Amino acid sequence: MGDILSNYDILGAFWVTIQLSVLSAVGALVLGTVLAVFRVSPVGVLRFLGSFYVNTVRNTPLTLLMLFSILGITYILQIPFSQEASRNAYWWAVVMLAVYHAAFVCEALRSGVNTIPAGQAEAARSIGLTFGQSLREVLLPQAFRGAVAPLGSTLIALIKNTTVAAVILGTAESAGLLAQITENEGASLPTFFIFALGFVILTLPLGVGITSVSRRLAVKR
Amino acid sequence: MTTRRWGAVAATAALALGLGACGSSDDGGGSGSGGGSNGIKIGIKFDQPGLGLKKGNDYTGMDVDVATYVAKQLGHEAGDIQWVQAPSAQRETLISTGQVDLVVATYSITDSRKEKVSFAGPYFVAGQDLLVRADDSSITGPDTLDGKKLCSVTGSTSAQKVKDKVPGVNLQEFGTYSECVAALVSNGVDALTTDDTILAGYAAQDQYKGKLKVVGQPFSEERYGIGLKKGDTALCQKVTDAIKKMIDDGEWQKIVDANLGPAGYKPPAGNPPTPDACS
Repeated sequence: MGDILSNYDILGAFWVTIQLSVLSAVGALVLGTVLAVFRVSPVGVLRFLGSFYVNTVRNTPLTLLMLFSILGITYILQIPFSQEASRNAYWWAVVMLAVYHAAFVCEALRSGVNTIPAGQAEAARSIGLTFGQSLREVLLPQAFRGAVAPLGSTLIALIKNTTVAAVILGTAESAGLLAQITENEGASLPTFFIFALGFVILTLPLGVGITSVSRRLAVKR
Repeated sequence: MTTRRWGAVAATAALALGLGACGSSDDGGGSGSGGGSNGIKIGIKFDQPGLGLKKGNDYTGMDVDVATYVAKQLGHEAGDIQWVQAPSAQRETLISTGQVDLVVATYSITDSRKEKVSFAGPYFVAGQDLLVRADDSSITGPDTLDGKKLCSVTGSTSAQKVKDKVPGVNLQEFGTYSECVAALVSNGVDALTTDDTILAGYAAQDQYKGKLKVVGQPFSEERYGIGLKKGDTALCQKVTDAIKKMIDDGEWQKIVDANLGPAGYKPPAGNPPTPDACS
């Protein structure tokens, strides 16, 4: 077990996992918020676009999206991020993780919007706020506070889903490194436990934190 | 007792992780199927054209033919063989938990593997090579990979070796070789690297015939052995004798020609090999 730790850059691999998680979480939050606004907007076309996106992306396997980004977009459509294969795969993995989880962020936020009594939106309109203003000043702040718990679950799922990136990213990332260690040393329990422990360290405090934050931020009604 | 129980836990975990690997071996627990039957369980690859391929209920490939021959020498008719899927990452576990008796699955003999299982053989010496598009003459070996895009499988020995040999190589890694072949055909990458036997198997597939070629400059030596339970010297000796007989009576040549010949593949130097002594 000692030589597995010293022969392989496990910390480096988990650092890549953290990078993937943070970058794609930011991307997913931005894109998911835009989609949620689409889905609650008064414009029919936007609502349709929002629900079309969510239903398509949410029901597509992430592995498929990952492979499509390289085999389809990079090779056939010729849209690479970089000529260097590993850089290109890294950024496409970030984009695909963000694109995929944006659908879940959108639904979490929409559920947050739905916790707000309809009277508040009506009150906002009646004092003369536009849709944009009522969204910014009244609805979204409360929606985010009400959606902390589902957003947290989405973030935890995202962190674990970064392992899917191993299908295009190689051994830079933790699941890919696990494949390499298994190839060289054979399957062994200590190796599995090290990687499982790594993910527990990443996600468990997050879960505890999210529960307390969601309790503190919940809108008292 | 404790070790065995942990072994069972490890096997279960490995099976669960390997998805879809299950199916064929449902008597689990490895509680010795020896009984009265004359069956033998052999682990092979199910997804390697030319080496070990499952199509419907038919199994074809060099490893399958070698395994059938060896099993016959051990007193098992072809019909008594139960084929078990042995993906690379699970081979040691399948052997040590007794879920298979032999593993014949492009299984390179290495020192770290010898700590967990015993090997008979080698029955074939393969080498790491490059697969390129048939009309590409610019790649003739690992030294000509500068500025080229290369493809291999995540974490595989081949991927690690090529990183050592050509530092800074532009390497795309995928989960399986099939994706690399698809990328090669669509001009996404310029070469695919792994054992020449595996490459020859892909090049010989109907849909790629004439489109791909193996470069033929192997830059490593992979000695394929037959994996069996660690320390079972008696079985190892019998399997080694069977391999020797197979090479001597010309069956070895027939098997190689039939399975890898269609791709224009010639076994590299060192073939047919002399099996190591059992220890």
